[in-house]
Amino acid sequence: MARNIRLPDPTTESGTVKWVTIAVAGLFMAVVLFIPLLAVFLEAFRLGAGAFLAAITEPDALAAIRLTLLVAAISVPLNMVFGVAAAWAIAKYEFKGKAFLTTLIDLPFSVSPVIAGLVYVLLFGSGSVLGPIFNSAGLQVLFAVPGVVLATLFVTFPFVARELIPLMEDQGTGDEEAAISLGAGGWQTFWRVTLPNIKWGLLYGVLLCNARVMGEFGAVSVVSGRLRGETVTMPLQIEILYNEYNFSAAFAVAALLALLALVTLILKALLERVYGRDHAGGVRH
Amino acid sequence: MSLAPSSRRGWRWKQPSVIPGFGLTLGFAIVYLCLIVLIPLAGVGWRSAALGWEEFWRIGTDARVLAALRTSFWTAALAALVNAVFGVIVAWVLVRYEFPGRRIVDAVVDLPFALPTAVAGIALTALYAPTGWIGQFFAPLGIRIAYTPIGIVIALIFIGLPFVVRTVQPVLEDFDREVEEAAATLGANRLQTIVSIILPALFPAILTGFALAFGRAVGEYGSVIFIAGNIPYVSEIAPLLIVMRLEEFNYPAATAIGAIMLILAFIVLFAVNLIQTWSRGRYGHGA
Amino acid sequence: MDVTVKNVRKEFGDFPALHDVSLDIRSGELIALLGPSGSGKTTLLRLIAGLDFPTEGAIYFGEDDASLKSVQERNIGFVFQHYALFRHMTVLDNVGFGLKVRKGRNRPAKPDIEKRARDLLEFVQLRGLEKRYPNQLSGGQRQRVALARALAIEPKVLLLDEPFGALDAQVRKELRRWLREVHESTGHTTVFVTHDQEEALELADRVVVMSQGRIEQVGKPDEVYDRPNSPTVFSFIGESSKLPVSINRGQVYFADRPLGLDAQGSADGEAELFFRPHDIEIVEDAGVAIVGIVAASRRTAGTRQVELEVGGAKERVEIEIPVDHPATAQTRIAFRPKRWSVFPSR
Repeated sequence: MARNIRLPDPTTESGTVKWVTIAVAGLFMAVVLFIPLLAVFLEAFRLGAGAFLAAITEPDALAAIRLTLLVAAISVPLNMVFGVAAAWAIAKYEFKGKAFLTTLIDLPFSVSPVIAGLVYVLLFGSGSVLGPIFNSAGLQVLFAVPGVVLATLFVTFPFVARELIPLMEDQGTGDEEAAISLGAGGWQTFWRVTLPNIKWGLLYGVLLCNARVMGEFGAVSVVSGRLRGETVTMPLQIEILYNEYNFSAAFAVAALLALLALVTLILKALLERVYGRDHAGGVRH
Repeated sequence: MSLAPSSRRGWRWKQPSVIPGFGLTLGFAIVYLCLIVLIPLAGVGWRSAALGWEEFWRIGTDARVLAALRTSFWTAALAALVNAVFGVIVAWVLVRYEFPGRRIVDAVVDLPFALPTAVAGIALTALYAPTGWIGQFFAPLGIRIAYTPIGIVIALIFIGLPFVVRTVQPVLEDFDREVEEAAATLGANRLQTIVSIILPALFPAILTGFALAFGRAVGEYGSVIFIAGNIPYVSEIAPLLIVMRLEEFNYPAATAIGAIMLILAFIVLFAVNLIQTWSRGRYGHGA
Repeated sequence: MDVTVKNVRKEFGDFPALHDVSLDIRSGELIALLGPSGSGKTTLLRLIAGLDFPTEGAIYFGEDDASLKSVQERNIGFVFQHYALFRHMTVLDNVGFGLKVRKGRNRPAKPDIEKRARDLLEFVQLRGLEKRYPNQLSGGQRQRVALARALAIEPKVLLLDEPFGALDAQVRKELRRWLREVHESTGHTTVFVTHDQEEALELADRVVVMSQGRIEQVGKPDEVYDRPNSPTVFSFIGESSKLPVSINRGQVYFADRPLGLDAQGSADGEAELFFRPHDIEIVEDAGVAIVGIVAASRRTAGTRQVELEVGGAKERVEIEIPVDHPATAQTRIAFRPKRWSVFPSR
């Protein structure tokens, strides 16, 4: 006695509602995310591939790319070492004030990038205490590369720590205690036990940190002084070109950064498959 | 050394552990935190204190500053609200439905985290300018998007989208299907179940996502300045005003505006923590 | 309300969860669906509730074909294994929910809903906890709230999925007795799912033993315990020992020795003998009995459980003997089951 009753599953919506909802979400995503992304590449190649290549190989653009890579090469490792140390201290021990410390680490996420720049202007600019001292030592911080690095460090400070703390807290201390009970030293335990456990999470954090380092605009624009060929990073180069109405060149440099963003997203999606969604869904980026 | 583990019973600063490296890692973390974040931030407090209350008040209540703060505030709030609504829909679709391209949509949600703000700024401006791909459809209707506060809102929606999606998504994933079935056995139809059972359960997460998106939007600079038009009293945001004052070497004004925004940021941070604590205490889960 | 399950088959994709199941539940009865995990008992419960729909067959509530109705229309009370309470609602709101979502004239006035919810909380002995949130209750209290919530809609049938599964042993016992009292005072037709035979035997009017998507036996607790109708039921319910035997002209033989058990009516051939370890008598005459050598023994409360090697150490059976029996390791013991069943070998 086969019967054809189609009663609705009590925990889903009807097909119509489902597809309308998907359409609404898809349209929203298209207008807000997909189309702008597409626009970057289309605008970059509007005048053809030759113009695109010329724009990104022009001396100022090359200088900007070099500086951006330099800043990343300094900032990412520093924040990575900090992230690992902070996550180790927070996840492997119980101590008073831990929650407060975690909040402080998150702080740069809640602060406007412009303020991140402002704090270093106040610290090293005219009328400050530190500025003249460093200047007399021959080291200019503000409107120079060190300032750019400092502002970038501030803005991207929490990325690695933020990714590792929940991961290491989940993993607990059992593995490390076992290693130590078997006679391993502190560094051995870290390199052989802890690091293999957190490598994907670490890579993930580094990836996001790097994307943000290379793309940081607000903080850097405040401290850079925009000396062409010297303190102009790629995002600043985009702004300069854009303000000179050199749109296609601006979009050419923008396309490089957009490509970096896409690669980051793809790697992120791959990493999520490797080590599970749970630890890759960090929220406060 | 008041922080050293004391021999008094009952109170311990740190639980004993066999794992080495506590002093080294915590010490390094705190020193680095102080050098990069805390001491520079304290400088803002110190400099604004040096201004004196009267000067601070004079700058803070300057008409242009107030207008900029107001613009930053309401555009951020509106954008976060739009994101709260659409973020829930996107999260719902990603968690509950299977459809072609789901994984791609899921991955692209994070685009605003990865795409430099300046890139987003010029792309959105190109799209929404009166001659742009999207703007050209609105221009004949007399609606200008770029170079008006509407443009600011669009940029801030872009920036804030992942926050709501990524806070709501895990909560929705963990949501127990049995609870929905329970509502159905009690006679609730699907709409009643969604409105009175699922959405309230998501509410703390939505609120957290809203607050995070708002906090990020209030301070946003890169994506906004291109599309905003930056007309004083109309589409000028507070962070831009800070940058302008700094370029004029008017540090006191920049400091005062910065301090006001910092206070605002701390209030948002505090609100998020409050929501989480409240939600965990009452419902047994965070957001 | 009578509930009739008629020739129901259920497949999840290609996986058959239930094969042609039929069951009559009488109004006011307390029925246990008992079986190991994967036996289809929860599937059957969900089909009755309308949370899933049969691939074939129908379910009737009285004369009505309930399989044409959605879960909302069936008006059943369902208590979930993990209670599925609404975490963001107070206990009172949880209980009143089913009445609040009713439409139009069917919805009682607000004060009436609240009064009914309060009465039910009183009934389940949770007075004073109205304003609490589920998170602030113990497991047993949550269970009671879940039951009160299900009862609030005056269900035609009360369905419980492993109602005590998530509780610790002490609370379990208490709640079990209490559920029986609730059933007697409300008179609802009640079906509950359990994998715990003790729970089923103690609580239910009738027990439905299920295995691999089929109903093996339906009967009163005494019937399924004393007269299991299949090897599956015999080994699933209660302790059992099993021995391969052969039947020849109404006589049971083990290793070519007659056991003195009369199996008139059973077909000749290979068979399996089932008996309860405590349902045996020790005999002096080893001629017509099962004879074994003690391989292991352990003392449990009032008796001694002994594992015997029989038939030249090929088989092992367990029996219970009095604690003062002088048997030690290697002692020979001859016994005969007092109550037993033989089932032809498959």
